Amino acid sequence: MSNHQRSFFFNVDWVTVIIYLALCIIGWFNIHAAVFDVRHPSIIDFSTNYGKQFMFICISIVLAIFILLLESRFITALAPAFYVVTVVLLVVVLIIGRNVGGNQAWISLGGGFRLQPSEFAKFTTCLLLARYLSGPNVRVSEIRAFGIVAAIIGIPMFLILRQPDMGSTLVFISLIFVLYREGLSPYFLIIGFLMIALFITSILYNPLTVIAVIAVLGSLIIWFFKRYKKFTYTMLTGMAICIVFVLSVKFIYNNVLQPHQKVRIDIVLGIKSDPKGKGYNVNQSKIAIGSGKLWGKGYLHGTQTKYSFVPEQSTDFIFCTVGEEWGFAGSVTVIGLFLFLILRLIMIAERQRSPFSRIYGYGVASIIFFHVMINIGMTIGLVPVIGIPLPFISYGGSSLMSFTLLLFVLLKLDSNRMGIV
Amino acid sequence: MNSFFERRYVIAGIFIVIVLVLLARLFYIQIIDPKYAIYASNNVRRQIIQYPARGPILDRNGKVLVQNEPFYDIMVTPLEVKPFDTVEFCKMLGIDRDEFNRRWEKAWKYSPRLASVFEKQLTAQAYASIQERLSEFPGFYSTPRYLRNYPDSVAAQFLGYIGEVRDKDIKRSNGYYHPGDFIGITGVERYYEHVLRGQRGVQNLLYDSKNRPQGKFANGMFDTAAVAGERLTSSLDINIQKFGEQLMKNKVGSIVAIEPSTGEILCYVSSPTYDPNLMVGRERGNNAAKMYADPYNPFFIRPIQARYPPGSSFKPLSALIALQEGIITPETGYLCTGRYRSGNRWVYCNKHEAHGYVTLNSAVAQSCNGYFSMVFEKIINRNGAKQTEATFADWRAKVNKFGLGSKLDLDMPSESRGNLPTPLYYDNKYQKGGWRSSTVVSLAIGQGELLATPLQLANLECTIANKGFFYKPHLIKAIGTKNVIKKEYLERNYVGIDSQYFEPVINGMQRVVESGTAIRSKIPGIIMCGKTGTAQNPHGEDHSVFVAYAPRDNPKIAIAVVVENSGEGAHWAAPIASFIVEKYLRGSISPRESGITPEYYENANRLPDLSTFFHNKPVKPAVIDTVKKSNGDSSARKKSAVINHHTSTSNKYLAAQTKTKKR
Repeated sequence: MSNHQRSFFFNVDWVTVIIYLALCIIGWFNIHAAVFDVRHPSIIDFSTNYGKQFMFICISIVLAIFILLLESRFITALAPAFYVVTVVLLVVVLIIGRNVGGNQAWISLGGGFRLQPSEFAKFTTCLLLARYLSGPNVRVSEIRAFGIVAAIIGIPMFLILRQPDMGSTLVFISLIFVLYREGLSPYFLIIGFLMIALFITSILYNPLTVIAVIAVLGSLIIWFFKRYKKFTYTMLTGMAICIVFVLSVKFIYNNVLQPHQKVRIDIVLGIKSDPKGKGYNVNQSKIAIGSGKLWGKGYLHGTQTKYSFVPEQSTDFIFCTVGEEWGFAGSVTVIGLFLFLILRLIMIAERQRSPFSRIYGYGVASIIFFHVMINIGMTIGLVPVIGIPLPFISYGGSSLMSFTLLLFVLLKLDSNRMGIV
Repeated sequence: MNSFFERRYVIAGIFIVIVLVLLARLFYIQIIDPKYAIYASNNVRRQIIQYPARGPILDRNGKVLVQNEPFYDIMVTPLEVKPFDTVEFCKMLGIDRDEFNRRWEKAWKYSPRLASVFEKQLTAQAYASIQERLSEFPGFYSTPRYLRNYPDSVAAQFLGYIGEVRDKDIKRSNGYYHPGDFIGITGVERYYEHVLRGQRGVQNLLYDSKNRPQGKFANGMFDTAAVAGERLTSSLDINIQKFGEQLMKNKVGSIVAIEPSTGEILCYVSSPTYDPNLMVGRERGNNAAKMYADPYNPFFIRPIQARYPPGSSFKPLSALIALQEGIITPETGYLCTGRYRSGNRWVYCNKHEAHGYVTLNSAVAQSCNGYFSMVFEKIINRNGAKQTEATFADWRAKVNKFGLGSKLDLDMPSESRGNLPTPLYYDNKYQKGGWRSSTVVSLAIGQGELLATPLQLANLECTIANKGFFYKPHLIKAIGTKNVIKKEYLERNYVGIDSQYFEPVINGMQRVVESGTAIRSKIPGIIMCGKTGTAQNPHGEDHSVFVAYAPRDNPKIAIAVVVENSGEGAHWAAPIASFIVEKYLRGSISPRESGITPEYYENANRLPDLSTFFHNKPVKPAVIDTVKKSNGDSSARKKSAVINHHTSTSNKYLAAQTKTKKR
């Protein structure tokens, strides 16, 4: 038994665990700075957010240990059940959920604690996706498999969008990297980037001009590669799709998107400037981060954060505190830790013998990456304001625990990688 | 399955590229673009300026002339207001419900979160009655402010007033003043602005996003405390000043009295005057407008801005220069026939009276024009007629040493230099070499182009009293609680006349009061030396001028009084001067042999008729009745009258003047 124990702990990827703990502690300190209250100066005062976060971190560590002690088989076997429970919770939240900040995303648990099912949906969707794709003879490039995959991802997306929580919905898009890794045609990625690019350009410029540019560029490419007949047809189809997309952008923009989403996009693209109103958050957030300079203003000395110029600063805008009080140095450290973690996760995923673990690993890396990119991008005005937390750092029990779950299930699978699943 | 193994690099590559984009953006806003740091500082830091109390001004005996009176503004921050008994509150402030609603809406409109003034400038008494109850109304609170207050309402022109700073002052101050600040505009308030204003303090406070104060920036490291303005001790004696203002009531003119042994100005009356309290507070604008419209112009600072021909009061000076030059001795005689022939013109004595044989002593006492014209011509012609210009320049320099024709550097703004014509002036007027002693003989008796301010006349008396020197006259004798005295006020300014030459002149001046022209103004028991003067006024009655000092030995006070449009010096100026002198030396007025009483002079109304007054603000060398030209062109002289019209002349007045000329 003792022999087993030793090898078990030996097999856990401690590098990841250390990064995880580092990020959690960075988050805790920055929440302390963000909502610092002179009446409750102690960092472990449970009436404050930082006190609660400390408790969440403790619970998360307990959770992590619990996961590590589980049987891997248990996780894989129950993946569909987890998924179903989450979907049911997502339906329930739409009926009895509490509305916080315009999103009906919370189920009240009593005692001031609430559960956010959409956080756990990421984990369970990942699990089920891994379970399905690792099945024999499933190829994502085949139409049937693609349909089922789309359904697995689509159902929670649809339910979360009903809340309506745009941020959490968009997170599922990151799973496209998982599918790509498992054989999805690269065209999906290319088309994805192309669509984002076209979307932005058609909002910024006259759609007709964009179409003209597409036509000219497309014609040139076709002319260069005129020997390849097949390529010409593909290009022509592609161009046609692009043009239709460009023409529909205005429609999507004006009719599908909600007004506040439109404004957020306008602000990021610089079409609108409203530093006192709709653009207040982002503007103050940029001021907070920008005023940090190289070394920052020092712990608990950030004026923007301390005097509550940035709303939501302990949750979605927690990176402001990092940027303001720790400066560029702190920003680089945090982003560096994240990048290191993500690359480490990819490495872990790739070393798995079982496809299930690999697919799941990619899912975890993609989801964490997407959160980091959108959250930090939003605080520095690169991405429209989308309310998703910064993993391990933002205040919130559901978020922290779901990321812990996500991460440590992978570590558990990884520690068992030599075994069979 | 692992056929897609290499795709890990694509995925990692995409992640790395996106992270690099984030880092590049962070690098830009955190390291390169400086504007965010400035925005952040603007967000939270507010500089609150702490206004120091302006320095008070005391009289020479420590009585307060100006002080700061506290008053209170009731402020309101609408969002902090809790439901309260509005009826009680309205009763407390003495306003009705509609007024309350109006102000409440205004405050709310200005800002629900910021304090704005609800009730302005409550006096300390009014505030005392509501002070305790104000705490029952959260959201309402008081802030103390200070206004200038003049307990005795005297010496308005000396004190001047303060007002909001003007654009040019802001520019000139290199950022010291901000719009809305107060600054001394006239008088001592202006001249000693840098002493009185004190030192402003700055507090750097931090404010949160709701604009609530959050404490000091950097623990107050960059804060400075306000330093109250320095106290000024003026040389004025408030009793004399008050008495002088009473005596000059309903008269146009001025009184300047100086202590000869120090140069301290004891009395500085400009009449008509005004209550300095009118230039403070809510009604200030209206009051100022009224006073600007006043034809007698109370803002005109007559002691230093009005210029009069000194008339006979100049004669002692003429004599002193001649004595020093050795042109005459006290015994030099002259036979007065009532007129003196100078070149092709006649100089007449007053009322064409013939004084018979006079010497210096009696010439001064009887104010013999002939004698002094003779003396003047002797001086100017001593090097021959051809040297007139050079000799005149020499004479002018000697007169100038007495402080005539140049500023005395009084510690007040807008001092006039008077007028002491230069040879160049006559060259331009009569062409070079085209003038002789006879051309300018009217200067001998203090007329012609010669103009002096009452301050210069009083200073002249100081010089005579001190027998040859004067201290720079000044209004502020000590600065601050340490009573700092400016060094320049301790220096004697010698006028270049040896003290022995003063005796005969002083004898003559004593006789002026003992038995001469000013005999009615003799003070029992005090020997006063004086000289009457009658300043020619082409537009109405002459200006009454009297200069004197007393007592003869160990002089304590030198004085110059001008009462405009009041005829001979002996009639109005001399009695007023004698009362001031006696009051100062003795503290009370004793019965006079001549039977004159201060009450009579206080109650007399010598305000000139407005229809003539417009042609006739103080000054005017102008057409001189005494000096009659046998043949001459009087229009040229009238022209010079226009040139010498002093600055306060209104446009209306100028128009009238033009009409006069046409006539």
